[in-house]
Amino acid sequence: MNAALSGSREGSGYTPGTRRGGIRKITRRECRRWQLYLLLMPPLAYLIVFHYGAMYGLLIAFKNFNAMKGILGSDWVGMKWINKFVMSHNFWQIVRNTLSLSLYSLLAGFPIPIVLALAINACQKRWFKKTVQMGTYAPYFLSVTVVVSMLYQFLAEKTGVVNTMLFNITGERISFLTKPGIFQHLYVWSDVWQYTGYNSIIYIAALSSIDPSLHEAATVDGANKFQRTWHVDLPGILPTATILLILRIGQIMNVGFEKVYLMQNPMNISGSQIINTYIYQQSIGSQLPNFSYSTAVGLLNSLINFILLLSVNGLANRINGSGMF
Amino acid sequence: MTHTASTVRMKRRSPFERSTGADRLFDIVIYALLGFAFLITIYPMIVVLSSSFSSAAAVTGGQVWLYPIQPTLKGYQAVFRNSMVLTGYMNSLFYAVAGTLINVTMTVMAAYPLSRKDYTPRGFVMLVFSFTMFFSGGMIPSYILVSKLGIMNTRWAMLLPGAMSVYNMILTRTYFMSALPDELLEAAQLDGCSDFRFIRSVALPLSKPILAVIALYYAVGHWNAYFNAFMYLSDTKLFPLQIVLRSILLLNQVDASTVSMESLIEREAVKNLLKYSLIVIASVPVLALYPFIQKYFIHGVMIGSIKG
Repeated sequence: MNAALSGSREGSGYTPGTRRGGIRKITRRECRRWQLYLLLMPPLAYLIVFHYGAMYGLLIAFKNFNAMKGILGSDWVGMKWINKFVMSHNFWQIVRNTLSLSLYSLLAGFPIPIVLALAINACQKRWFKKTVQMGTYAPYFLSVTVVVSMLYQFLAEKTGVVNTMLFNITGERISFLTKPGIFQHLYVWSDVWQYTGYNSIIYIAALSSIDPSLHEAATVDGANKFQRTWHVDLPGILPTATILLILRIGQIMNVGFEKVYLMQNPMNISGSQIINTYIYQQSIGSQLPNFSYSTAVGLLNSLINFILLLSVNGLANRINGSGMF
Repeated sequence: MTHTASTVRMKRRSPFERSTGADRLFDIVIYALLGFAFLITIYPMIVVLSSSFSSAAAVTGGQVWLYPIQPTLKGYQAVFRNSMVLTGYMNSLFYAVAGTLINVTMTVMAAYPLSRKDYTPRGFVMLVFSFTMFFSGGMIPSYILVSKLGIMNTRWAMLLPGAMSVYNMILTRTYFMSALPDELLEAAQLDGCSDFRFIRSVALPLSKPILAVIALYYAVGHWNAYFNAFMYLSDTKLFPLQIVLRSILLLNQVDASTVSMESLIEREAVKNLLKYSLIVIASVPVLALYPFIQKYFIHGVMIGSIKG
């Protein structure tokens, strides 16, 4: 009854002729939906101005940008800026910092939320579970500025809690924030601290959708709790984990500017200079800004990311048809 | 021989009893793990909170490691004496409220038409939207754009460049598609209901959960953001709280009126204490709401996981 009704509606809505052509009919049909078109205008305008407008600005990567002449009026220089970056003496250092920071984040930040989710799922006391979840999500809501400030306060050489304890035990103080070698550890582990709880939510959701009969069958077969976690729960969240891993690999060259910039100082720069902070340093943060050069560096990075993402997504599609597009 | 012996013993003690030993060990490991995760996550926040209520001398001497030492409110008094903090607070409030209003409106305006199966250019428009998630102009072209548009160093620079997040739009669209069955639209259209009317009277009331989720995502994002302000604002009267935080907490810029103390050492100590109080004050609005909004965030992650 229902299907028949909606079928007849379809029929009256799209009369057979409209499918094949009849421009006037199509126009009339779409005119009935003018409100939908109108609604989409402001978001589309925003997208065109702010997103595609910025992409248009990428042209200056191949030009000698001069604010007086504007984007179109500036002179073409071809691949000059990209070559300059690839040839520059700190190219390898910047690329290495970016990649190693990203890989380190992935290695530490990827498995820990899975372990937390499995543990929360295996815990049977409801109040305990809820308390742990509440506590571990909380840092997600702190701003980058606050998290970096906390690092600075705790690790301060003379007044920080950590150094006071260290001094009481070993009689020495360590200047954590100025050592290039320590920068990555601080960055990665403060991220783990802040995001583990939040990142575990998605796995907890996946765990809750595992068929309970699998657990029952395993129990009947004599599996203990650990065996059930290992042989039922873990395989149950493996598809989710695969997708998230693939997506993160697609972002591997994309390390955010904000936190690194806040943690950067002249002493640790050799370990903390990444592509995004370099872009800033060479243009807006410089006495002699070179906008074209910075744009070229950014473009090269975006292109690499884009290609990585497409290939990784293709891979996800091939493995289990779960890519994003 | 030993094999048979053990089988016999196992049979006598029943297989369930044997597994309890392993289960008990597993439980202990789980509780220890969760307890550790919980403590290590909240401990730094407790230290900050306790320090903010302690005396300057105790904080600077590194004595505060769990509870407030020589409790005072001196830190908070110093924070509120700083005019930058108050301006920053009001500005952040404005950006969060105005920004969220713009964000939610724009998101719904894009998500609804794109959720309609009978909206012909849907596929193409979706492509136009999603492409921006994976490729962007980047920092410098955006900077040049904002300055070309003449909104540099105005409040608009905080509201317009991030007027909508495509990710949240897709989230909302997914929700619309699952929460609004075709039959509902057909019935409404039979009654002569226009699209605008349908959104107002049917779609939005049925989509309150997703609206709450995205509004919270946006609001928390605005409150915690510093990048746009850092890039586009130079007038201190427009600074949001996060920028003020950065200059006080990380660049150590505290004006003399805030800490009017006799000796240099004492001044440094109060400066240090003030930082803890400031961290607390900046995080309180979001953390105070957190127990209430937590479930919405979880809800958001779940919707997002249906179709990334």
